[in-house]
Amino acid sequence: MAVFVVRRTLSLVIVLFAITVLTFLIFFATPGVDPSRQLAGRNPTPQTIAAVRHQFGLDRPLPVRYALMMKRLLISRDLVSYGNTALKVVPAIWEATPVTFSLVFGAAVIWVVFSILIGLLAVVFKETILDPLLMVLALIGISMPVFWLGEVANLVTEDRLHDTFLFHWVPPNGYTALTANPLQWFLHLIIPWLTLSVLYIGFYARVLRANLLDVANEDYVRTARAKGLSERQVLLRHMLRNSMITFVSLFGLDFGVLVGGGAILTEVVFGLPGVGKLTYDSLVSLDLPVIMATVIYGAFFITIANAVVDVLYARLDPRIRAA
Amino acid sequence: MAEFAYEPGDEAGPAPGESVQEVSGKSPWRLAGRRLARNRLALAALTLFVLIVVVSVGAPVYAHDIAHTHPFATNLEATTVIGGKRVAVIQQGGGALGIGEIPIGPTWHANYFIGADEQGRDVMARVLYGGRSSLEIGVGSALLCSGIASVLALLAGFFGRVVDAVLSRLMDLIWAFPVYLLAISLATVLLTLEHPFVDPASLWIPTIIIAFVYVPYVYRPVRGQVLSVREKEFVEAAVGLGASNVRLMFGEILPNVLPTVIVMLPLMIATTILTESALSFLSIGVQPPNASWGTIIDDGQDLLYTRPWVAIAPGIMIVLTVLSLNVLGDGVRDALDPRAKLRLKG
Repeated sequence: MAVFVVRRTLSLVIVLFAITVLTFLIFFATPGVDPSRQLAGRNPTPQTIAAVRHQFGLDRPLPVRYALMMKRLLISRDLVSYGNTALKVVPAIWEATPVTFSLVFGAAVIWVVFSILIGLLAVVFKETILDPLLMVLALIGISMPVFWLGEVANLVTEDRLHDTFLFHWVPPNGYTALTANPLQWFLHLIIPWLTLSVLYIGFYARVLRANLLDVANEDYVRTARAKGLSERQVLLRHMLRNSMITFVSLFGLDFGVLVGGGAILTEVVFGLPGVGKLTYDSLVSLDLPVIMATVIYGAFFITIANAVVDVLYARLDPRIRAA
Repeated sequence: MAEFAYEPGDEAGPAPGESVQEVSGKSPWRLAGRRLARNRLALAALTLFVLIVVVSVGAPVYAHDIAHTHPFATNLEATTVIGGKRVAVIQQGGGALGIGEIPIGPTWHANYFIGADEQGRDVMARVLYGGRSSLEIGVGSALLCSGIASVLALLAGFFGRVVDAVLSRLMDLIWAFPVYLLAISLATVLLTLEHPFVDPASLWIPTIIIAFVYVPYVYRPVRGQVLSVREKEFVEAAVGLGASNVRLMFGEILPNVLPTVIVMLPLMIATTILTESALSFLSIGVQPPNASWGTIIDDGQDLLYTRPWVAIAPGIMIVLTVLSLNVLGDGVRDALDPRAKLRLKG
């Protein structure tokens, strides 16, 4: 086990290093990209450009610039935005993280509960109209762009039906911290949670249904029936449990991707000041250091989360340790 | 977010429940075609997709002969005739509290069928033109991505050793990035680029970016297939006959991994269309003067409460297109590779 952990950690460190190098190269070594022009303001003289270039260390050799950038990003944590030098990138990401986490966590609870429910219903009512109906709904859910669904949700809850009893409780777009006011936190997030979870409910319900139908022919299911268990026990104790393996590993991946920045579209549509929104605000001004930092943050989060999941799996399943 | 993974079934044989005697002597492609032709739902989806392609390709005809408008020119001062009455396209005093400007709403007539955007342009005509860009980028990037990934997978699977190790580590690295963030990084950099050969308004930029970020998702399953096909007897026979490496790769192995690529194609196009719309919505995809469904939804954001059709219409087009491709993809998979396990989210 210890050997496995050490080996996994080593490969993790190498991947993290490669991620920073690749991201740095994309942002600062693509031929033709010259941040100093952008930094120097409107119609800069060559002297201003040269001064700015020196000030931000852009005249140094590439490996030195990489080392300086990483030092400012990871060690001294004082990397500043190009657009607004008062904005320190690392604390800004740190402050945005709880927002993203709140959004993704709530959506995850909703999508797990509903997709299991729909998957089970589809299998129980396999021979009826309900199964194809649920699967068509799931497919429609998968086919909707989340930002568009969010806009339609905004249209309905903030405007068209806002003055009816249905949605009068929906607060204007924005965010309230859980620690400041738990009720407002919940009210602000409920519509974004539902919007974000639609895609995943559809997807996970389809996966779960397919897995349940796969295991339905297994010997242990027949054994369970033969020893006289009720259909409900067979379905919940034996079939569902074994179908959850794919479900759980997919869940780990998706949760990581969403916290790592994948929720950007939902955050933008609902004005939630998370990591994705921070990235979006920097996109408008093409603020390279902030975008680079959020991309590295996202890739780091996902890679580290995957490594943790691997170690946990290895603890549960000895076969993986050997591989 | 948008990702897909694909596990090919073990052997390409007859589908479960299909008798072997009945199908002997027909090529796998014919068999697949027959299975697909029997799948009514998949055929309906194919029809819907073709219909969407046709109306999008016919956008200039609609704009010129039906709506009589130019979809890219601003018409702030223009007027139009609705039911015999001449009205302004941008109406004064239509905003909140009776002040400000508001574009004309849905007329349900040939001109300004679903209204105008803030620049007085016919939204219906723009949605059709936007469909051209979205489909071009979606289909183009999916084909480009499959092509690059297949060649890389062939090289890695065929030569093995160092080639395989280098390519596979590289793919793992791209895989480590969240798809959208990698696409955002590349798009930002390419848009800041000042280079004589790079035109920021070109549709090639989003096409190439989207193709690039999905390469590992196609590379992995295809490489796996190449590794298993390489060990088959007919490859050994070809080696015995003295076939060259190129001949082995493209003449013997490629045709046998092609079904894997084709099964993924409709689902990939669905995914790339969604990715394109997301990038365009974030204003780093298709650049003006071009429009795509994503940029029109973005334009419609400011008009959401007053003229919601600007944002709703292109979204409906995206949903219909992606839905038809998902249903078609399921059908193609069932036809070509009945034992496959495939997952997709778009």
